Amino acid sequence: MSGQTAATLRKKPAALQPTERILSWGRYPKTAHQHIYKPAWNDQVPEILKAAAPGSLLPYGLGRSYGDSCLNDGRQLIDCRRLNRILGFDESTGMVSCESGVSLSDILDVFLPKGWFLPVTPGTRFVTVGGAIANDVHGKNHHRAGTFGAHVHQIGLHRSHDGLVVCNAEENPDMLRATVGGLGLTGVMAWADIQLKRVRGPLIDVEFIPFQSLKSFLDLSRESDGRFEYTVAWLDCFAGRNARGIFFRGNHSAESGRIIRSKGGPKVPFALPGWWLNRYTIKAFNTAYYRAHAARKGTSVVPCNSFFYPLDSLRQWNLLYGKNGFLQYQCVIPESNVEAFEELLDLVAHSGMGSCLGVLKQFGSAPPAGMLSFPRPGLTLALDFAMRGERTLQLLRSFDRIVLESGGALYPAKDARMSPALFEASFPQWRSFVPFIDPKMSSSFWRRVTEAQ
Amino acid sequence: MTVTTSSSTPRVKRMQRIVILGATSGIALEVQRQLAQQECELLLVARSPERLVALQSDLLARGAKQVLTCAANLASIPHHAGIFDFVRRSFPDFDTVLLAYGTMQDQKDSEDSVDALLDELNVNFVSATALLTLFAADLEQRRTGCLAALTSVAGDRGRRSNYVYGSAKGALSLFLQGLRSRLHPAGVRVITIKPGPVRTPMTDHLPNSARFADPEQVARDIVRALEHRSPDVLYTPRIWRYVMTAVGQIPESIFKRLSF
Repeated sequence: MSGQTAATLRKKPAALQPTERILSWGRYPKTAHQHIYKPAWNDQVPEILKAAAPGSLLPYGLGRSYGDSCLNDGRQLIDCRRLNRILGFDESTGMVSCESGVSLSDILDVFLPKGWFLPVTPGTRFVTVGGAIANDVHGKNHHRAGTFGAHVHQIGLHRSHDGLVVCNAEENPDMLRATVGGLGLTGVMAWADIQLKRVRGPLIDVEFIPFQSLKSFLDLSRESDGRFEYTVAWLDCFAGRNARGIFFRGNHSAESGRIIRSKGGPKVPFALPGWWLNRYTIKAFNTAYYRAHAARKGTSVVPCNSFFYPLDSLRQWNLLYGKNGFLQYQCVIPESNVEAFEELLDLVAHSGMGSCLGVLKQFGSAPPAGMLSFPRPGLTLALDFAMRGERTLQLLRSFDRIVLESGGALYPAKDARMSPALFEASFPQWRSFVPFIDPKMSSSFWRRVTEAQ
Repeated sequence: MTVTTSSSTPRVKRMQRIVILGATSGIALEVQRQLAQQECELLLVARSPERLVALQSDLLARGAKQVLTCAANLASIPHHAGIFDFVRRSFPDFDTVLLAYGTMQDQKDSEDSVDALLDELNVNFVSATALLTLFAADLEQRRTGCLAALTSVAGDRGRRSNYVYGSAKGALSLFLQGLRSRLHPAGVRVITIKPGPVRTPMTDHLPNSARFADPEQVARDIVRALEHRSPDVLYTPRIWRYVMTAVGQIPESIFKRLSF
């Protein structure tokens, strides 16, 4: 009677046919999946797990991972977007319980009007709770609040052999630490309990400060950490070690304001020709962006959407990079190694292949919430590069060398090409994570970096 | 009683208390969310108690003023009296009923097995008319409200690949047409909702399902139709009204040769 009964669901795998193409946000690599399961209810997940072959499945959310950590080339995905129900909310504590396919956007739509905000938010609101946990995402308040995973109190996890496993500080605490940042490999999250944060309204008091060297960025960052909940910088990647950029710092405003819903906005209709984003257009953009913000220097009050999610206002912006897609490079380099960071900035500038959106942030010293969490003390830099084949890959390999030598790490959620050696260096503890992997789960990323076939 | 409140305070919408039959179907899920945002009161009927619990908490969090649930098998006609009784007792002044359940089996099964054929007709047509008859009598007596049911564009013309489902939905459309005429003097609206192919669990297995209509958009059209005095027959997305008009023009001698 209700669309998809257990019986019809069971029938589906017989008719495995090429489904719609699922790509990650970077649209590279191009993958073809054998089948996409789309459970609408948690009670359908155990059957899918039971019927699957070992290493054949991976949960998938809104596909905002840039590389291949959300893909399972040649195998199957479990699209969790229909598991999108809010299961409970405690008004007195701000603890929300929701299914794993609920998006952060949904949470904001429902709870921001009631005065609650996300404890940690990445640069887009279009990620699922499951994805935010599986990648243990961070935000502009890392120095204060740590990662998203630090605010997850409890997870219900479908495991192929153990059924629904509840993980919290008392029960299965190790499985909780493995699942936070576990790239979806530990099972399919059914639901999670997340601690929201009280705010007075939807506005942010923000201050823009132009800076012209890495040192002045570091001074600004250190000086701001104590007084500002959110800090981040935009970087002109053509400036080299004389890092030119804009430092943003902000706090939730005491002013109350109306919430502007952000459903609409323009949309990039199709993949634009790859050539139009080149060193000249990007240079022009960067200069214009710098001047515009340097001119606005000072404080202002802005809606949280434009502070946290400027890119969400242009839907499908990933299509700007053309049909070959793009690679994002996000690394962290220990602060003791500022020279390495400067070297990296020089390399980026000389390559002439930089991007409009260089993002620089100083991570705090919060202990990692998950076994494979990426954030660690140091400077993190994120850059986009249009995929131009071997040329681009070679450039990124030259960055890898610096990251490796400086004792840094790369972020799996943004990666489509790091070598097993660099993964090993970034996450030397990964072997102790292996026992927590659900035998039915695997991903393109995991096979690539652990050399398992 | 509802009539007086809504006429004395013009800001209050006509549609406030809605019964959803088949609350866990793909389209109903989206309709309910949008109704919750408008702070409606809902009574949800579906088979699975666990799923109803999840739905109830979700809709309450999203703004619904009240969410009642009734776990029952809508396809089973002997259960209908109990369902109707529950609605009358716990939700006496409901003003809108949306019938949203249905099945779409593989057509091949119905060609090979009379049991499968009868199942398809029973769920989509027979049980639906049985339920609608109970609710129609109540609304007719109260001289208020709105009855809406999901049929399908597949019911407008019998096609080789889908005529069993199509005939059940087409028959339901005819039933609603007659019911509309019967309830018109009592001031009860009857809306036939004919969606084109929509991206829901029911259609996931069909080829090209990724290009089907977005359930959110279809739900928007449905909610608008429930709210306003809009067409008696709603095609959604709207293009299907024109497509089906064109399809209706194809002579049978040609149509019978088409394999879709």
